[in-house]
Amino acid sequence: MINDIILLPLVVHLFFSIVLMFFWNKVNFQKTFSVCANVIALGVAVYVFMFVYNNGTQTVQSGNWDAPFGITFVGDMLAATLVLLTAISGLAVSIFSTVSVINARLRFGYFSVFHFLLLGLNGAFLTGDIFNLYVWFEIIIISSFVLISIGGEKNQLEGAVKYFALNFFASMIFLTALGVLYGLVGTLNMADISMKIAEVENRTLVEICAVLFLVGFGIKSAIFPLYFWLPASYHTPPSAVSAIFAGLLTKVGVYALIRVFTLIFLDDVFLDNLLIALAIMTIFSGGIGALIQTNIKKVFMYFIICHIGFMIGGLGLFTEVAIAGVIFYLVHDIIIKTNLFLMSGLIYRIKSNFNMKKIGGLYANYPKLSLLMAIPLFSLIGIPPLSGYWPKISLILASFDAQQYWFFGALIFGSLITLVVIAKLWSEVFWKDQPKIEFPKKFLFFDQMKLKDKFLFVFPITFLTFVTLYIGFGAEHIQQLSQRIASELMNNQLYIDAVFKN
Amino acid sequence: MKTLILRSASSYLLPVLLIFSVFILLRGHYLPGGGFVGGLVAAIAFVLDAFANGLKKTKILIKIHPGFLMPLGLLVAFLSGISPMIIADMPIMTGLWAGHPIPVIGAIGTPLFFDIGVYLVVIGASLTIIFTISESA
Repeated sequence: MINDIILLPLVVHLFFSIVLMFFWNKVNFQKTFSVCANVIALGVAVYVFMFVYNNGTQTVQSGNWDAPFGITFVGDMLAATLVLLTAISGLAVSIFSTVSVINARLRFGYFSVFHFLLLGLNGAFLTGDIFNLYVWFEIIIISSFVLISIGGEKNQLEGAVKYFALNFFASMIFLTALGVLYGLVGTLNMADISMKIAEVENRTLVEICAVLFLVGFGIKSAIFPLYFWLPASYHTPPSAVSAIFAGLLTKVGVYALIRVFTLIFLDDVFLDNLLIALAIMTIFSGGIGALIQTNIKKVFMYFIICHIGFMIGGLGLFTEVAIAGVIFYLVHDIIIKTNLFLMSGLIYRIKSNFNMKKIGGLYANYPKLSLLMAIPLFSLIGIPPLSGYWPKISLILASFDAQQYWFFGALIFGSLITLVVIAKLWSEVFWKDQPKIEFPKKFLFFDQMKLKDKFLFVFPITFLTFVTLYIGFGAEHIQQLSQRIASELMNNQLYIDAVFKN
Repeated sequence: MKTLILRSASSYLLPVLLIFSVFILLRGHYLPGGGFVGGLVAAIAFVLDAFANGLKKTKILIKIHPGFLMPLGLLVAFLSGISPMIIADMPIMTGLWAGHPIPVIGAIGTPLFFDIGVYLVVIGASLTIIFTISESA
């Protein structure tokens, strides 16, 4: 039982979603239950995190089949951290969903599917078997497809079809890569693959396999040139759904890339350079995309793409400092991107519009809320001492050490363009006077809402902002954690030993 | 499709098919069969009944909404998955078997309950889909 602790996040989410399915029609009960469930899940995630932090990497051989024959679950520091971040974002989004998503949507099992999505995310982080990783990706895709298409508006279905088609395609490529890899090494356990892949003589095929993995995960994590599905689909569902997608779904792709390229495909100069080149292009295209958009949600979406580049490039540098920077950035990014989309939902509730040209005067009407929203926005840019600043130092240092000046330039460019776009957004949305437009009559504006609903709208944003502040001001803790994760990742013998300890 | 032949046949076919589906379910652990196929056969039994006697009568026959079987089956499968953790202090999804195999049913263990869960989910899901489509058509 003591070893099975790392599986608790999976077990609780599966249990909660089953319970929610029993109460299919009782929306009000589902709201309360889902929030309570996410509080419990957060408690479990904190417990798992502390357990792994104190006792080192934990493994579970499911079905009592020893590795490499059974499916192994591995809770190392990286997985435990991501499980914790998933729980934090999950709680915030769940609270936000209770007021921001209309009941007509919630009635189709929204919360049940939401918990299935969290189950899939936790599973993907915790599994130590590469085929099992594919299975968790499928669970994520299926639940996210339901979440993106619930409501059935025309543009929503259009986005959903694009989303589904490209993610399905990515899964096919991932499956092909798995087939090739299994043909090469004859095992699916990641630790076992890591030991056996060095002995494969046909290096070209290994490289092809690595590129297939890169394409498969690249589509999911929206790196250049495979990101086009993201701006076409993420803005169509309600903001709460966009928030969980933005915070976690693309980051699962990044996690899978980190795992695969630190454990399986190592010491390949071509691949590292490919990753850096893709990262530079991703930062550039994402930044330019954000610059020309006027829809707030679309601006934030291009930021997702832009900042994925930071992480991919850091992975390409492949030094301990760079990986620590990537992990820190991942921690910062999950919280901040979730928060940005929650904020876009709040702005929509206040102004009934996502278009920057048609809204303004937020600072005059809601000065306290504006200051609250300023913190995540400044963190996103990376103004010291907020959270975005610290990982960038690591990344910049690492790019200098590795003499990758193009990537260094791209980092600076990415940060600058973020600054420019946020400055534009700030002056348009917050400082400019409200332009004269016709407000829709049948719309529940923020100031007409009940106090309790207002609180539920603002609380998740405040909660995530405090987490961001902690990441910024408690940077020492996060930096220590990132360095520990980075040294675990760079020294993958630890991972292998944990899996084969018996 | 209210023909006399189909209607008379369906009143015999429904129980036969249901028993056959249970047979396939129990056969499944070491031989071809199992919860998924068994569930599909059981769903076919009800669909055939709906063809012969109309959807309304079949719904009265089933009594509960087929959608309810989905969480029920999931719960059975879930409990069979975590029971080794709780009862025997073994890792999740370890197969626990109780004593010697019983005639007709075979060996009883957590994999059997997992298969029963799958059986219920498949019946629930396929009947929900088919009933919804035939109602809207």
